[in-house]
Amino acid sequence: MELVIINLLDGLVMGLLLFMLSSGLTLIFSMMGVLNFAHASFYMLGAYFGYQISQYVGFWPGLIIAPVLVGCGGALIERYGLRRVHKFGHVPELIFTFGLALLIEEVVQFIWGKSQMAYDEPAVLNFALFSIGGNEFPAYKVFMIFIAVGIFLVLLYILTRTRVGLVIQAALSYPDTVQNLGHNVPLVFMGVFGVGTALAGLAGVIAGPSLGTFPGMAFLLGSIVFVTIVVGGLGSLWGALLASLLIGWLLTFAASYNVHMSDVLTAIGFTPPEDMAEHFLRDLWTLTMPQIGPILPYILMVLILIVRPRGLMGKREV
Amino acid sequence: MTAIKSTDRAAAATSGSAVLKRFAPWIIAALFLLFLPVIFASGSALTIMNQMAITIVFALAYNMLLGQGGMLSFGHAVYMGLGGFFCVHLMNMVAAEEWFLPIPLLPLFGGIFGLAFAMVIGFFSTRRAGTVFAMISLGIGELIAACSIIIVVFFGGEEGISGDRTMGPEIFGLDFGSQIEVYYLTAAWLLVSAAAMYFYSRTPIGRLANAVRDNEERAEFLGYSQRYVRLISFCASGFFAGIAGGLFAINFEILTEENLNLVTSGTILLITFLGGVGFFIGPIIGAIFFTLLQTVLSLYTEIWQLYVGALFVLTVMFFPGGMSGLLFMHVRPYQLGKLNILFLPYLKTFLPATAAILGGVGFLEIAFHAKNASVGDQMMTLFWLTFDSHGLIPWLVCVLLAIVGGYLACRMAPLLRDAWDEANSLVAN
Repeated sequence: MELVIINLLDGLVMGLLLFMLSSGLTLIFSMMGVLNFAHASFYMLGAYFGYQISQYVGFWPGLIIAPVLVGCGGALIERYGLRRVHKFGHVPELIFTFGLALLIEEVVQFIWGKSQMAYDEPAVLNFALFSIGGNEFPAYKVFMIFIAVGIFLVLLYILTRTRVGLVIQAALSYPDTVQNLGHNVPLVFMGVFGVGTALAGLAGVIAGPSLGTFPGMAFLLGSIVFVTIVVGGLGSLWGALLASLLIGWLLTFAASYNVHMSDVLTAIGFTPPEDMAEHFLRDLWTLTMPQIGPILPYILMVLILIVRPRGLMGKREV
Repeated sequence: MTAIKSTDRAAAATSGSAVLKRFAPWIIAALFLLFLPVIFASGSALTIMNQMAITIVFALAYNMLLGQGGMLSFGHAVYMGLGGFFCVHLMNMVAAEEWFLPIPLLPLFGGIFGLAFAMVIGFFSTRRAGTVFAMISLGIGELIAACSIIIVVFFGGEEGISGDRTMGPEIFGLDFGSQIEVYYLTAAWLLVSAAAMYFYSRTPIGRLANAVRDNEERAEFLGYSQRYVRLISFCASGFFAGIAGGLFAINFEILTEENLNLVTSGTILLITFLGGVGFFIGPIIGAIFFTLLQTVLSLYTEIWQLYVGALFVLTVMFFPGGMSGLLFMHVRPYQLGKLNILFLPYLKTFLPATAAILGGVGFLEIAFHAKNASVGDQMMTLFWLTFDSHGLIPWLVCVLLAIVGGYLACRMAPLLRDAWDEANSLVAN
């Protein structure tokens, strides 16, 4: 039971982290129709910027400065890169963001090298807040939960209760009409792109110390984020939240419960083959839950796309 | 205009010389491939050429999707990789069971396996094009790459599986123990599959793929199911990717998880796009260029991938037609006989631009050396000059070169644009 609670909390941290990325990604997608392949790269940039700033002035200023820097960078890339490619169509746009992801990874390796950075959580939060059945739960993870929930509430408030949010929502569905009403839609797009990437950057700053800051972090999380927004339904914020939490828990529970496939198979009534070393199904018999954990999100995505192509909460079929 | 041209061609095709003209490029290509090892006979050159040939087949197969079908795949390495894995298993079985299956036929089986897998995946992934197709391909790619670690029986886990191509039955005394035999096998398959892909793109179904790419609704109104047209393109592409995988298996005799993962899929996208998706020859140019870059540039610099990444992003932004697009842009000025107008403006723009690029490259190289060289080893060699990477002067030279060159190139760009417009205008000067 204690393990369940710990896993629920850990999964919540993972899910909320995924949500910080997928929310920006899904907003950008529903607005511009472009899936930003480099979104996770901005998350990585956030972590590296946070690390670099923490070397000079400590963790806390980095929490503000790094996302702002990443957001500005994102806005500039939208203005001078993406908008240029936009006229060629959606596929070149996707290729552009893919190239950007490659380039950012190379640049990061060029500046910071290939090894993991010593980016640590601040000393203030480096203690166990509480323990459940002997498992200690670090204060930093609670901090991550609070930041993510806070960001979600602020985002929800801005999108549904303020004038800016109304313009954004209107621009999602009827950009031409909003433009004709006198709003600067390209500026709105640039703003949303900037805020989306800044959110990814913030996720990077807070995830860097706990998940590790290394050049592969973008590709590691990036494809999971795509899976998340496809599962949640492209363009749906609530869907992104639901899918993020679902996948966060899926990953955490799969990693911590060491269920052996052989036990499951014998429970169903199969008998293990005599010649285990030679049998052609031996991989099925030796399979364990932590092994298949990382591929569960992809299986989920393929199933969703076959059974319900518009995703869990999506309004239109993808 | 094109309609008139094609009827002309149809009428002319009846005469013998037109047939010769039509097949001339293929005959020239065959002769070229035949005599290439005479010029480049060294072992490393053969290795590079083999790799090039495999990459060309793969890139052409990829372009059947991206260029001709308008489908962007982030997981196409799967079909090549699976074809390759299947071929290695087949190779081992031929050796163990002494089946009479000549090694040169292996890629065909790789292709069939790629085709079978593409049929399964394509069944649900080709429902939509664009972003959704791209996402599904990414998901499938990651799924198979992750599975390759788990399913040890087929994929061999972390170390992959290896085979021995010399164990097959000998035909005409060939056992493919030497590089040159493998080269001619690969070259023959390259020629056959390139020709097959070219003539496929000229069949009605190849043309329909273009129609669906350009306007899927209109194609539906004409009575063609966009989904089946896409599925057929996808399967054909999977087939040729599988052939490339089979060639890879024969050449390298080992396949690992690396052949399936996102890096390989991304690289083939990069190669195809750099070469240009708009023309049949584009991926060929891209594959040759990239393989050279990969083998030659990596000898000189450790940060070659940074350059490739930058080149890729710049290509997407400024030359979406890629290298072949750039090349074919000059056909019209050539036909108008105005290519000479462009010569001087090109020189004026490209000289400072080259200087700027050299300055930028120098800056990056010096920065990389200054940061990563071992302590005490401050001397570096760049462009045949040896100097101290911690000194101020090399930095200054590079920055100056980059700024001045960049400024001059920007100043000259309008001149080039005017000259370009003039070279493309029908009005005689």
